[in-house]
Formats: sequence, C-alpha cells, structure tokens
Amino acid sequence: MVERYVMSVDQGTNSTRCILFDHRGRLVSVAQREHQQHFPRPGWVEHDAVEIWQNLRRVVPEALSEAGIDTGQVAAIGLANQRETTVLWDRRTGAPLGRAIVWQDTRTAPLVEELLQRPGEEFFLERCALPPSTYFSALRIRWLFDNVKGVEQRAKDGEVLFGTVESWLIWNLTGGADSGLHITDATNASRTMLMNIRTLAWDDELLEFFGVPRSMLPEIRSSAELYGEARSLLPGVSLTAALGDQQAALFGQTCFSPGEAKCTYGTGSFLLLNTGADVVRSRHGLLTTVAYKIGDQPPAYALEGSIAITGALVQWFRDRLGLISSAPEIETLARTVEDNGGCYIVPAFSGLFAPRWRSDARGVIVGLTSYITKGHLARAVLEATGWQTREVVDAMNADSSVSLQQLKVDGGMTADNLLMQFVADVLDVPVVRPMVAETVSLGAAYAAGLAAGYWPDLEVLRRNWHRAAQWLPDMDPERREAEYDNWQRAVERSLGWVRPPRSP
Amino acid sequence: MAGPVQSIERAAAILRLLAGGPRRLGLGEVAASLGLAKGTAHGILRTLQHVDFVEQDAATGKYQLGAALLHLGTSYLDVNELRSRSLNWADALAARSGEAVRLGTPLEGSVLIVHHVFRPDDTFQTLDVGALLPLHASSLGKVLLAYGTAATEPGREPELEAYTRHTLVDPERLARALAAVREAGWAAEVQEMSMGEAGLAAPIRGHGGLVVGAIGLSGPVERICDSHNQPRTGLISLIREAARAISRDLGAARW
Repeated sequence: MVERYVMSVDQGTNSTRCILFDHRGRLVSVAQREHQQHFPRPGWVEHDAVEIWQNLRRVVPEALSEAGIDTGQVAAIGLANQRETTVLWDRRTGAPLGRAIVWQDTRTAPLVEELLQRPGEEFFLERCALPPSTYFSALRIRWLFDNVKGVEQRAKDGEVLFGTVESWLIWNLTGGADSGLHITDATNASRTMLMNIRTLAWDDELLEFFGVPRSMLPEIRSSAELYGEARSLLPGVSLTAALGDQQAALFGQTCFSPGEAKCTYGTGSFLLLNTGADVVRSRHGLLTTVAYKIGDQPPAYALEGSIAITGALVQWFRDRLGLISSAPEIETLARTVEDNGGCYIVPAFSGLFAPRWRSDARGVIVGLTSYITKGHLARAVLEATGWQTREVVDAMNADSSVSLQQLKVDGGMTADNLLMQFVADVLDVPVVRPMVAETVSLGAAYAAGLAAGYWPDLEVLRRNWHRAAQWLPDMDPERREAEYDNWQRAVERSLGWVRPPRSP
Repeated sequence: MAGPVQSIERAAAILRLLAGGPRRLGLGEVAASLGLAKGTAHGILRTLQHVDFVEQDAATGKYQLGAALLHLGTSYLDVNELRSRSLNWADALAARSGEAVRLGTPLEGSVLIVHHVFRPDDTFQTLDVGALLPLHASSLGKVLLAYGTAATEPGREPELEAYTRHTLVDPERLARALAAVREAGWAAEVQEMSMGEAGLAAPIRGHGGLVVGAIGLSGPVERICDSHNQPRTGLISLIREAARAISRDLGAARW
C-alpha cells in the first residue's frame, strides 16, 4: 500500500512553512519561505497577501518533492495561521485592497481609547470575551473604512471580502474568484471581536457597532471538518482543518483536557490553558478564546496569556547591540557567568502584554553597576522570558480552579537549555518538550488528519506525544522569591514611562 | 601533480591585504590593489564572507577580516547553535529509531554532549547535556577522532582506559577501527563503554565538508545490534540520513 501523509501549512508572521507528517506524527519533510515585513510608519506592520499566497505555491511542491511523494499521497491539508492579521480583497478580481494589516500593528490605538471610554470594556467582554485592543481584526476593518476612501461603500455594495490569512489562502486554494470557499474557523473568528463567544456565530450587535456588513465576512466553520477540495496547487486534496497558530500548538501538544497548558516560545510567547467547555472570564489579564471545535462536537475554550517580547529580545541583542552573531549564542554568552549579577531587563518595547496590559510601559535595564558584563546582560535577557512566563502562570493559577502541574513547551527557544531550566526553576513545575518541536504545524496536521479519518481519535494522537526533554525545578525557594521580587520591582520601573501627549 | 589553484591564491592575497591595513577596504580598492577584475574580487570576497573569514560593514559596504579567522584553531560553530540547527532532525531520529539521541562535539580530549533527546517511551530520563564521554570508547568520539575533529592528547602519551573488556585500548587497533569508520561513514560502539549497551554515530559536516560534530543513538545492545552482534542496518541508515540533513542545513553542499 502506498504510504499517505498529512500536509500542514503554517502561515506565520515571518514565513510560510509546509510540513508533511506521517501516521505516527513524525516530520517527513519541511519547506519554508520568508515574506517581507513592511513598516510604512512607526507602529505600522503590513504584509503583502499576494506574496504570501505565492510563497505557499512554492513551498507546497518543495515539501512534496523533498519527501519524494505526489499529490495523490496527501490525505488532507490543514492550515495554521498568524492570527488577527486582516486582509480585504475584491470578490471579483481576487486582488487585495492594499496590504494586510498585521496583528502587531498598533495604528488602531486611538480607537481603542475611544472604545474603552464608550461603550466601555463590558459591552465587548459580554459578547466576544475580548477587551478592546489593537490586537484584534474588527478595529482594523473599522480603521480601513474610516481611512481608505471608498472601501466602506464597496464593502456595503458586497464587492469586498474580509478574512484572516487562513480565509485568504483557503479562498485562493479552492478557486478564488471562481467560486472559492470564503470560510474561517471558530478559533480565528474568536480573535476578530465580531464573533459571539458562546454561539460561535457573528454577533449582530458587534457587527452593527463596528459597521461591518455581514456579506463581507467568511462563514464560521469548525476547526476540523471537511471544508472542500483544493482546486489549485493540490487539485482534489481535501481541506479539512484551520486553526489560529497558538490554538494549533495547543492541539499539537495534545492538551485536550481541562488544566493542560502549553507555552510556545517564539518572537513573542503564548501560553494557552485548556478550560474545556467553560468560558472562563479572566480577572487577571488573560484572554478567553476558542481552543478548537472538532466537527459537530461542542467547542473547547482556553485562557491565553500573550507575552509580546521574548525571542524578540534575543534578536534585539543580536541585531541592535551586536553582542552575539546568532540567537543560540545567547546561551553561550550567558554561561560565561554564574548569575545575572543583579541586573534585570524588562523588555516592554511596545508596552507590556499579559497579564499587565500596560501600553505606557517601555523597556528598562536596571541594576547596572561597573561589575556588569555582557554575560550578565545575556542572563538578564533569558531571565526576562522566564519571569514573564511566571507572571502569566500566576494569573492562570489565580483564574482557574486547578493549578498548573507541568508546562509543555515548544518553539525555537526550547533549544536553549539554560532558559528551559530557568523556566522550570521560576515556575517550580517540570517543563517538558515534546519530540516534535513544530507543534503549530503538527496541531494543524492533527486536526486535518482527524477530520479526514487519517487518525481515528484524540487518544491515538495523545499516544503520538512523546517527551523529548524534561527540566525539573532546582532552585532554592528563598532565592526564587527574592529574584521574583527583584523582577517585579524592575517591572514597576518600566511603567508609566510613555506620557499621553500634552493637550494644547 | 596539479599546479596551485588560482582562486585560492587570490583568496589568500585578499586576506593578506585586509590583514595588512588598519582600515576596511571597499571592493574597488581590493580589486585595484591586486589587479583583479571587480567581478572576480567580488566573487572571492563573497565566498570568504560565506565562510566568515571576511565581514562586510553594513553601513559602508567595505570589507574587513572576519572574527572566525581569530578562532581558526577552535571550533567555529557555537555548540548552542549546533543544537538549535539539529533540533528537528534529532527529534525525528529519536522518533523513528525509538532510541535516545545525542550530539557530541570535542572538548579537551573528551566528547561533550551538546544535545540529548530522550528515548521516546516516556520513561523517566534525565538530560545528559554537558556530560563528557571518552573519545575512544564511544561511537560519537570515534567519529570525532576518525575525521580529525578531535585528537587524543598527543604529548600526554595516552593510556587508553579500558571501560569494559571490549574497549579498544591498543592504539594500533584503534587506528584501524578509525580507518574503517572513515571508510564506512559511521561508527559503532558495542559494549565498549558499558556492558549491555551499544551506540552508533555519524559525522555532521559544516561548510566545505569539515566535520563539526557527531550525532548518534544508543541503547541496549540487543536493540542496536542484530543476532550476530552487528549494528542493525536500518538504524545506520536513519542516523546517516539525520546527519546528512543537519549537514545540509549547516551548509555542507555535497552531503
């Protein structure tokens, strides 16, 4: 019998990757292409949606040829995508109306301020469980309506389609302007501020509030079900899954039970805790989100803690300070010293995300003395990721009935042993890395394979999960408390640095 | 015997030129100083930049000697970077073989474990990263010795320690075994470090084919070897595949 594989596409912030997995969830081949980041103004971040689609057209055949297989051996395709990034395109020509506005883009900050004043946070929390933030898509649609001439009218006339990146790619894969499928999944829709968190349908009051015509919105589908067949690129292959990348990672880590959590360490880091059927409302700065919805089963929910800057701090250390020439060298440099020498770095480059949500914070380095070397700074860089994780875990423990027993980790920074040990030390729970570090891709593949019958059930997927490494806590409790106290005092010094512009 | 290779002579001249002056040089200056066409000089500079022997200033586009030249004698690849680049392939090797995987680089006459992936059976295991293994008694070490990445300290007249009765302690027998490793492209250790245990390893190559480390798997001898006490061929090809994939990622063209 010819071996079959599941194809996973991870359309991320920096690159588009295509990975093939076999029955046991093992990686068979990888192809990847980066796309350009556009920064037209301070705080603005844009992508070219056409470039992303073209990159997908390249990586798919590359992954197939690296594995030496043909289209007929692909059992199903699943997509994971950067979330909240907003694409508007012309229904008839398929041409995007300008560049996609990326999740990191902060141009809607003034609108956030307005919404917090009126109608106030509560209006939104009740419906979509999200507080107004520059993070979410609805504000970007509103911004485009208010700032780009003619877009709102064209949308009202039914000429314009909206989607996050998975919608854009699925539409193109299934025929584009020639009756392509215009769909999204519940996890992605839960990040728009337009979906009702309980009914998983577009919320009339939110649509009306933002002035978004229903005709431009994709149909909300399950995260795993048969959407349709691809018509270009992989003709005839079933598209059976789509999830936001962080939800995909939770799924790839097989966190299927309430109380299970994972943290993906990348440019930023995202800790998600499965809360099962409960829509848990955070009182400690976490977001409530859809974890996944499989077929016609009820959805699973999650609490999410997003940390803006983790790996990005290492990149800054490499690219802006030039103290290392590659990111992994941060560990080499950090190991030249025993400890942080009393130095702490709070990387509030664009404010602080979860659990503090302080947009007025900016980065600080505290505790500088003539004793401090670049080795101590490297330690402080890594420790910043550890302490930020600790703050999010503390918030989760406070919000949820069960406290975290272990943390499943993934992402590029898990190659850093010093960091992973530090995370275990400051959380005081074991930190475990699974055998497949590419959990975002694996999660999309799992969901796709589940819907296509490639894998029978969640239990089989659980059995595919194997521990590749484990770090056990090994820090004196008194030292942990003292260091945490120092970190918190450092954070206090980062707050309130940005002042609102003086009124004339 | 063939004559000198012209491009290498020219590369050497460029390095001498850059080493001679106190300041960075532009492409035009390099080409003019050596009487080379700009295109030729540029091609050589690009290649030297690729192997980190030359650095280009981002602002001015001018060239200077690269930091790698200062550390020619030491390993040019940071061990943490090696781990980072190997992560996916080491995981895949452990998943496919069902055995624990380790990566080793040389450190002061021993093998330093720089990466360790658990045997995928979810039993309790602890990370070995940072541990040292003997060069002559481990498959990782034999690879490093065979390809000249590590050497048993010469001046010290090494007494090769016998860990078991199978350890190769006779320098001549070891030398023959290393020649066989080079011939085969992989190394085995069968109950040479500890009784009941066996390991297999293959070289990881960087730019130009230079061996920068070794990747291997290890486990109970009956799982690593067949009934004739020979390493299982299936495992050998898995290791060599993983080693080749990492080598390609590190820029080794032909492997």
